[in-house]
Amino acid sequence: MFKQANWNEPIIFNLGRSGRKGHLLPKAEEEIRRAVGELDALIPKHMRREHKPNLPELSEVEVYRHFLRLSEMNYGVDSGFYPLGSCTMKYNPKINEQLANLPTINMVHPYQDASTVQGILEILYSLERMLAEITGTYEVCLQPSAGAHGEFLGTLLMRAYHKKNGEIQQRREIIVPDSAHGTNPASAAMAGFNVVVVPSDSEGCVDLEALKTVVSERTAGLMLTNPNTLGIFEKNIEEIAKIIHEAGGLLYYDGANLNPLLGKVRPGDMGFDIVHMNIHKTFSTPHGGGGPGAGPVGVSKDLARFLPVPRIVFDGNSYRLDYDRPESIGKIRCFYGNVAVLLKAYAYILSLGFEGLKEVAEVSVLNANYLMKKLMEIKGLTLPFNNGKPRKHECVFSAKTLKNETGVSALNIAKRLLDYGLHAPTIYFPLIVEEALMIEPTETFEKEEIDRFVEAMRKICEEAYANPEKTLKAPHNTAIPKLDEVKASHPRTMSLSWRMYLKKKV
Amino acid sequence: MVKTLGERSHPYIPNSQPEIKQEMMREIGIKTINELYADIPEKYLLNKPLNLPKALSEFEIKRHIETLLSKNETCSHMPIFLGAGCWPHYVPAVVKEIMQRSELLTCYTPYQPEISQGMLQALFEYQSMICELTAMDVANCSMYDWASALGEAARMAARVTRKNEVLVPQIIHPERTKTLQVYAEPAGIKVVHVAYQKETGLINIEDLKKKISQKTAAVYIENPSYLGFVETQVEEIGEIAHDNKALFIVGVDPTSLGVLKPPGDYGADIVVGEAQPLGNAMNFGGPLLGIFACRDEIGLIRQMPGRIIGLTTTVEGNRHGFCMVLQTREQHIRREKATSNICSNEALCAVASAVYMALLGPEGFRELGETIMLKANYAMKLLSKIEGVKTPVFNSPHFKEFTVNFDGTGLSVKEVHKRLLQRHIHGGKDVSKDFPELGETALYCVTEIHSKEEIERLASALKEVLAKR
Repeated sequence: MFKQANWNEPIIFNLGRSGRKGHLLPKAEEEIRRAVGELDALIPKHMRREHKPNLPELSEVEVYRHFLRLSEMNYGVDSGFYPLGSCTMKYNPKINEQLANLPTINMVHPYQDASTVQGILEILYSLERMLAEITGTYEVCLQPSAGAHGEFLGTLLMRAYHKKNGEIQQRREIIVPDSAHGTNPASAAMAGFNVVVVPSDSEGCVDLEALKTVVSERTAGLMLTNPNTLGIFEKNIEEIAKIIHEAGGLLYYDGANLNPLLGKVRPGDMGFDIVHMNIHKTFSTPHGGGGPGAGPVGVSKDLARFLPVPRIVFDGNSYRLDYDRPESIGKIRCFYGNVAVLLKAYAYILSLGFEGLKEVAEVSVLNANYLMKKLMEIKGLTLPFNNGKPRKHECVFSAKTLKNETGVSALNIAKRLLDYGLHAPTIYFPLIVEEALMIEPTETFEKEEIDRFVEAMRKICEEAYANPEKTLKAPHNTAIPKLDEVKASHPRTMSLSWRMYLKKKV
Repeated sequence: MVKTLGERSHPYIPNSQPEIKQEMMREIGIKTINELYADIPEKYLLNKPLNLPKALSEFEIKRHIETLLSKNETCSHMPIFLGAGCWPHYVPAVVKEIMQRSELLTCYTPYQPEISQGMLQALFEYQSMICELTAMDVANCSMYDWASALGEAARMAARVTRKNEVLVPQIIHPERTKTLQVYAEPAGIKVVHVAYQKETGLINIEDLKKKISQKTAAVYIENPSYLGFVETQVEEIGEIAHDNKALFIVGVDPTSLGVLKPPGDYGADIVVGEAQPLGNAMNFGGPLLGIFACRDEIGLIRQMPGRIIGLTTTVEGNRHGFCMVLQTREQHIRREKATSNICSNEALCAVASAVYMALLGPEGFRELGETIMLKANYAMKLLSKIEGVKTPVFNSPHFKEFTVNFDGTGLSVKEVHKRLLQRHIHGGKDVSKDFPELGETALYCVTEIHSKEEIERLASALKEVLAKR
């Protein structure tokens, strides 16, 4: 039986004793002190810090133990099944971590002279070329720090393109399907566009007739995830691309679901003009509890001129950074991107090659369809938009029947799964499925672990019909029982820092 | 060399073992995996291999990447005096160890709080310690970096005040300005630069008063500034902003906050900054860690971008716990009306910073600030004795970075740095193109990792290379 560690670990502010030290820093040498004088003489009185910050005072031993205990009250991909749909939770190879922790990357400054950073420039340049090849795009920019950051860049590129054509005043709309990730409309809005939603048809794909009615001379572009968030391949992609391009719009590929297409299909070949990739999904770099990731963007030849500066260029002998791009949109962050993360993606691609990447895609799809087949046998669960066709990397079930018949909801199932030492799927997304359970097993998990998940789902649903109490009150085996998330966000009780808590005492 | 995977199972893909595949295919009722791709129009299915390098074994990858990376010069073998938004600081061993704890490294955003208490508590502690350092009430659990945090802060100020201009100092990181403009422009926000005082580099108050108006959503300053000096007119600037119903945004380098007055003590409404120096390696400029904090005012909090972790209780009310809060601001619920599109952030870097802040404690931050400031000022003292060299350019207190002007030597920064590099010393950032009015000037950085000997080596090397003009 799974039982998560429960240390009841105090908040760090309640640990330690006044006067304890966690780390000894180098000090300014005596001669320096003699030469420069007292610190107070260097800072005008009104700019000095008057009160020391209220930080805890702990020994190194206590700091390490505290965070070790916290880590034990957490669950990662290495702990077990982690089927978060659209999040592509795959194994994070250990060699990649070791390589990304070498001093020859850790201790390199971004403004060093190009002659002193040839190694990392070569890696980044090669990675750009590999990602362009994998996605079928012309040039790739590594600067975005995350998928949504890549989307922001993508929509800014649309802006730059239409501006260049003198049409930005007119092309104010970006179309997104109703099954899209929330970041799509949010990114479009950030880049100053209005969002137009196009519904899905009965098979879960973009409704072509509806699309035709919303497309116009106001259309700046369409953002599409393919396979979509139901795990279904948008089979009409050729027609969709034609409709958008004929209207003068651009086609944007949300790469959150790129995993099942690796080495099989390339977004560029399907007519996409802009493609973002989630390095922390498809290319196996760890999610770290919400980052750091990386969201490179690949573009067609026409759009390459607008990419952020600098671009890495190779003259046949050496690599350098080129800032001289007059049509560039500028920058979306400092420096060149999340380099340590990108290095891991480079190692990952090398570990697989073309054959291996294709195997990743195929096994991720095999796993998803196997899982889907098994779950379809469970009473209480249904598969909306079931067109009899295979899913790709993920499948979305509905617990609506179970909820109507037993009161056990998708949320309750999610919480009860935790009791089995399994992470829950994504729930209540996509929005077009009621009581949604969005399940993506990825290629990482072995059949035995998938079977364990199926078995747990079967037991939970059976338990719901027999005796729902236990499931309704789940979880029981995690570090902490169910939390009051409403209280957490209520203005009266909301405590967003320790000092805020001390004022309110929730 | 791995051949085709048909013959050999891959270590990262357990079900690539051929018999298992067969078994699973039988279960689904298919004969080949390609049947699962049958709904994809044939013209899109790749019919030739991609042009990618052949797969390598783990050992080969290690050797290949180590060899490539060994072409990089690092600050452990060569003194490097670069800062400008990414700084060389020591990362304690404990920080690195915790960063590699698999349960923290390999988890997703904590959507299921009960099984993610470790990550949530660590992030809450990060937020709380950032609040203590900056003297603010609320911090989010990270932005991508300082530049994007500034872009988001400008947009937030515009939403809060319903106005559309932000005033920023003329002396600011050029990449930060570029990023700010890219974030601001689509929202209809105009970025206006405020001039500085020639002598001191400080904000020209007269110019600020001239440019501030009914349209001003925010006044932004940095402390220490991009060119290293301390902005000392902070209270006055904050008052001018508030008198005009604009928000006061302050950008900080948190390593200064053990010795310099925190922005919360001089009226900041929003604080942004770069927490990379708190326990995160440079890594050629990324990942970085954007700070974003504000005052405890619901009108501000509701407009914040990014993930925020809160302290709550269990449903039964007898224990404390942590979960994500105010998700109704965020893209996955609010979609195009969200305060930002940010989703993945730099969470694990925030954990590293939490560990770092806990290790240093209040005394450690004071010591860190003191060591840095004394060393940087020592470097200025030594360099200013060299004929033809003027440092700092501005007559103001400097924290860890300072300007060095070579006009009096007749040499360009580029030439001086080339000669330094031949002596295996890396000079600071050449800022003569970004600030042409300052002549041949570079921005140097000295932190706790620069020893007295290294600083002296820089001074004597400079003397040498300048001697043969």
